[in-house]
Amino acid sequence: MKLRKIIEKFTEGILFTSSTVTTVAVLFIVYFLFKSGIGLFQVSPVEEGYSLGLSMSNPVKSLSSKQVKDIFNGDVTNWKTVGGKDLDIQLLTMDELGAAYTEEQLGADFENIPACINDYVSKNENVIVFFDNHYFPKKFVGHTLDILKVSVSEFLTGKEWYPTAVPAAQFGVLPLILGTLWVTFLAILFAIPIGLVTAIYMAEIASDRIRQMMKPVIELLAGIPSVVYGFFGLVVLVPAIQQLFNLPVGETALAGSIILGIMALPTIITVSEDAIRSTPVAMKEASLALGATHWQSLKYVVLPYARSGIMAAIILGIGRAIGETMAVLMVTGNAAVMPKSILEPVRTIPATIAAELGEAPFGGTHFKALFALGIILFIITFIFNTLVEMIKKKDK
Amino acid sequence: MMMPNVANAQKVVCKIKGSDTCLPLSQKFAEVYGKKFPGSGISVVGGGSGVGLAALLSNTTDIAQSSRKMKMDEKMKMKEAGKSVKETIIAYDALAVIVNPSNNVSKLTREQLESIFTGKTTNWKQVGGPDLKIIVYSRETSSGTYEFFKEHVMNKKNFVSSALLMAATGAVVQSVSQTKGAIGYVGLAYIEKDVKALTVSYDKGKTYVTPNVENAKSKKYPITRPLYYYVSGASAAKVNPLLQFILSAEGQKIVLAEGYVPLS
Repeated sequence: MKLRKIIEKFTEGILFTSSTVTTVAVLFIVYFLFKSGIGLFQVSPVEEGYSLGLSMSNPVKSLSSKQVKDIFNGDVTNWKTVGGKDLDIQLLTMDELGAAYTEEQLGADFENIPACINDYVSKNENVIVFFDNHYFPKKFVGHTLDILKVSVSEFLTGKEWYPTAVPAAQFGVLPLILGTLWVTFLAILFAIPIGLVTAIYMAEIASDRIRQMMKPVIELLAGIPSVVYGFFGLVVLVPAIQQLFNLPVGETALAGSIILGIMALPTIITVSEDAIRSTPVAMKEASLALGATHWQSLKYVVLPYARSGIMAAIILGIGRAIGETMAVLMVTGNAAVMPKSILEPVRTIPATIAAELGEAPFGGTHFKALFALGIILFIITFIFNTLVEMIKKKDK
Repeated sequence: MMMPNVANAQKVVCKIKGSDTCLPLSQKFAEVYGKKFPGSGISVVGGGSGVGLAALLSNTTDIAQSSRKMKMDEKMKMKEAGKSVKETIIAYDALAVIVNPSNNVSKLTREQLESIFTGKTTNWKQVGGPDLKIIVYSRETSSGTYEFFKEHVMNKKNFVSSALLMAATGAVVQSVSQTKGAIGYVGLAYIEKDVKALTVSYDKGKTYVTPNVENAKSKKYPITRPLYYYVSGASAAKVNPLLQFILSAEGQKIVLAEGYVPLS
């Protein structure tokens, strides 16, 4: 008797510990994600260890990272465009300095570089200096430029994603968010009709033999690694789409969403089939006893009863599609442009994280920006999960 | 009695981590070195230049292989952590600009390349080709190859935002081979018959140079970049025999055989 109690207590303890550990682990991951991601908004997009400077008489006091990028990209060439005098913008980096001064003047160990920079800046009013702090003059004759920190609104509404641009990286995630939602939306558009029809057929119409054959095949779909889907997409689907629509490129949102649609199918089919099959036999029999045909009972009794389960299936399918990484990475072309049609390349958030995290300097601005993307993805899927919970609750 | 000692001194047990560009080369080094000096254990892992350098900082690798120079903030982090790092160039890699074989354009100047990759030139007929939209293929933003191409071909300007970013060099080759208007860039070792490598001019069209190992070696071909090994001070003595081997004539022969460009 006593022994049994001890065993029960012990089992209880194990169950308690394992569920606590799981919860703590999940919370820790979320904490880590948010801690790293939010760090992005406390740093300047200019690479650490570098400074930007202007001449003393230049009225421009601060520039946004977009303006800095445009200047160094050669798209903005006059100070007037960014609120300064009507003067051509002149860049001063190591290349220009090397051209303006002889090696002797720069010094054997480049120890005279700071002095040369100061000399150049005092002679040229229209200059913008970009140097690493090691060479940037300690007593700069001009004024150093403040680069505005990455703001949340700039991050969410910016349209340019150049995370490694020098001197100022661009972290505009709008094309990535829209790309993700766009591909997911299209995928669900494919997957819902096919998934529901299959679920209804399997639950209500198919004979046991056919069902026993189809079910494992559909479950097999869920077991295929996503990189295999991606490879299939790249080699078969992408050239097919290119030829069918006579496009310059086959890597498009359409290719991504077809692959994602196929990948979301098993979730949608199995969950909604279970929902349909869970309709009590008594209700169906009551409907048939009232003289309704099989189709009428299906339409007026079974489907309304299973509605919340079907909704949950669809939302779970969306969740599956939105976070999918590898297959999308391989077939959507990954161009960070605002999606305009289904026949153009797009870039999704998961693909961006997967492709860039490996090469981003650990703990740097780019690294933090990728975690911030992770937060966005987390929030999106969190919303979908909450929706599922709400639908389930309403059902009870 | 002397022999085993010599062999022991040559035995290297270490980890190499980082750039995927260097991966095949490092694996070959590890394999050949391991056969030559039994008892050596050199494990090679990819993941990207940034991953390798981060691992060097956290002491989880002895050598970081990198296809780009260490960035300023990585250097500063090393300094903060009180670590010294030694940089060694182990080989060169030349980048070839490739197009679809059906494209009749076979040579471009650096200025034209810059204009194409920044999105200012959008049709092949502007550079003497067919009336076809140009599709720009690039590697991912964080790859060392991307940085290098941007710096040395595009005059540090940014890629057009509609450029298709591919996760792997193999994917660039695959896409360029099946897309008529495509242009991309890959390492010399990846050139194959399904794509056409362009000759490139860096003197405004006076001379065009074919991308191949000889031209890269003689520095005639301009788009050539170094591949680095970064070794932390603590592991320097341990991995020195391996570095000596790589820099020796025998090691550089492997470099050539693997499709990269030897140092001399």
